Amino acid sequence: MTLDQLPRASSAVVIALDSAGAERLRLMDLGILPGTEVRADLTSPLGDPTAYLVRGSLIVLRRTQARAIHVELAAT
Amino acid sequence: MSHDCVSCALNPQRLEVVAGSHDFVVVVAGNPNTGKSTVFNALTGLRQRSGNWPGTTVTRAEGGYRHNGRGYKVVDLPGVYSLRSATGEEDVARAYLENGIHDVTVVVVDATRLERHLGLVLQILQVTHHVVVALNLVDEAERHGIVVDTRRLARSLGVPVVATAARRGRGIADLMSSVESVATGSFTSRVRRPPNEDLSDDDAALVVFAEADRIARFCVRTEGRRVRQRVDGALDRVLTHRVWGFVVMALLFFAVFWFTIAGAAVPSDLLYRLLVQDGHAVVRDLLGGAPWWLTGLVADGVYLGTAWVIAVMLPPMAIFFPLFTLLEDFGYLPRVAFNLDRLFAAAGAHGKQSLTMMMGYGCNAAGVTATRIIDSPRERLIAVITNNFSICNGRWPTLILMGTIFIGQLAPPGAAGLVAAASVVLVAVLGIVMTLVVSWMLSKTVLRGATSVYSLELPPYRPPQVLRTIYTSIIDRTLKVLRRAVVMAAPAGAVIWLIGNVDVVGESLAAHLVHGLDPLGLALGLNGVILLAYVVAIPANEIIIPAILLLTMTVGPVDFGVPGGVLLELGDAETASVLIEAGGWTLLTGVNLMLFSLLHNPCSTTVLTIWKETRSLKWTATATLLPLALAFLVTFLTATAARLT
Repeated sequence: MTLDQLPRASSAVVIALDSAGAERLRLMDLGILPGTEVRADLTSPLGDPTAYLVRGSLIVLRRTQARAIHVELAAT
Repeated sequence: MSHDCVSCALNPQRLEVVAGSHDFVVVVAGNPNTGKSTVFNALTGLRQRSGNWPGTTVTRAEGGYRHNGRGYKVVDLPGVYSLRSATGEEDVARAYLENGIHDVTVVVVDATRLERHLGLVLQILQVTHHVVVALNLVDEAERHGIVVDTRRLARSLGVPVVATAARRGRGIADLMSSVESVATGSFTSRVRRPPNEDLSDDDAALVVFAEADRIARFCVRTEGRRVRQRVDGALDRVLTHRVWGFVVMALLFFAVFWFTIAGAAVPSDLLYRLLVQDGHAVVRDLLGGAPWWLTGLVADGVYLGTAWVIAVMLPPMAIFFPLFTLLEDFGYLPRVAFNLDRLFAAAGAHGKQSLTMMMGYGCNAAGVTATRIIDSPRERLIAVITNNFSICNGRWPTLILMGTIFIGQLAPPGAAGLVAAASVVLVAVLGIVMTLVVSWMLSKTVLRGATSVYSLELPPYRPPQVLRTIYTSIIDRTLKVLRRAVVMAAPAGAVIWLIGNVDVVGESLAAHLVHGLDPLGLALGLNGVILLAYVVAIPANEIIIPAILLLTMTVGPVDFGVPGGVLLELGDAETASVLIEAGGWTLLTGVNLMLFSLLHNPCSTTVLTIWKETRSLKWTATATLLPLALAFLVTFLTATAARLT
């Protein structure tokens, strides 16, 4: 599945990034890499974007960005 | 000496920093949101100089301190997420760390998010070994039950690690000592990190973060299982709630405006009496023996223009900006960007533009500077060009006066005030609509191909430092405003006096200019006086109303017996009678002046700021001329529509 499909308050592990160029670099600098655990934490009241908990920080991603991040549900 | 003395801004040891008189250069690096600038401030006190990095629009701050008899120059690098990305900030930081003159690099990391921030530390260690890590926000970490073992961390990294809480000045003296030991070579870093240059970007990032992860596991203990502080979670649930999120936002927004308007009334009146009425008389007396034209030019022109701008501008600014900074310190503003992002995304802009717009309601120049928080080039330009549609403090008086005189009068007496206020709010809302529409147009046309990388981080909530905020923003803003008033308003005052008093072929220069501008003015549903006032008031919107009144009395058919070129204030009723009887104003004039005031070109200070921030003639011209063209177009359309009905 991709990150935008992750239900709120559940966690997943990143498998791969489909983005390229500056966008890909930025995601990696924010610590979103294969193997990173990500939790969908808050959704904007207008439905988009969503704030994800990544390595202790709340990182906001728009749906178009989250769609390019492949994840699998974390075994809790 | 106690810690407090060492980190006190008034400590004489720290005040004797002179450029060039230092033994060592220290650079401060770190992620955004780590309290990096607080560490910089704690090291340097209030003695700083800020400018831009040569050839860029990236902020550069420098300061200094003395420690154990040696002088240290401190350079603040821009906050970056890494040393390899595409933004200008990251280029500057990387170039400086690789080639710049520096002896020690202080890397500031957030103790509550160590794992993520270690990535940058490890990247910097590949470039330089003369590093001290400032483990900042340890007080916050303690509150969250996070314990970082600094000795283990120092052993893992091979460089000194100092625990700091820069906001309280905690650990700053230790940090200075560690910097000294690295600078003088008494501490030798034991770093063995060959740069992994043969790796791809992806692999390099993976290696760095894997190591960061390993080190963080080794050094960080969490007492009690808490993913995120409960208070933060609860606050966020309310502040980003579908209903309450917007209710709180509206309430806070109104509260800030109400405090600004209500709170500024008394000091504004006081300043007006002091500077404009009493001060003017004093200045005239001082110039008692001078020729009439010199007294006129200096007292009636330069002095009055300047005094007027200070009286109108200073009090609201001194209230609005500190309130804004408090909300920012608390961590609320990024949530506003988060709540409104979708609206801006649809216009091709960034949610953070909502914040730069709000700044614009204080002052457009400040709003333009604030666009630095948007690190994506395309979205930042959009925010710069459209900031003009946030009605700055200098334009509110014009709108309120027109709303009162021309629109409030249409309502039954009981509702006049309410209707007048509603008309002003309507113009402000129109400004927001314009912002979004113009943003969308720009993103679809001239800025289509520009780079765009979206990122927004929601920092943890922090108790704001009320007193410090008020002190710094008042001092900082006050000085800026005063300087601007003198530099910009003084010549405007002089020009107004000159055109009112220099006679050419039997009538004043002002009269010639007004008659020349009348045809165009009337075509736009305005008049020559308004257009001339807007030309004269390019340096400061605050003097529009006095300039209009003055020109109307100088040029109009009715002789008011006022001395030429003296700015004066009248009550609403007198103003109305002057404009309507002497100026021939109608409802259309009032409405179109409101529209023109909203749309017209930014003031010269803002234009200059746009130039400084973009370093581009093309975008500066766009940001100046696009609003002006819109102002002409819209007023022409309403005037034409009014004539047809």
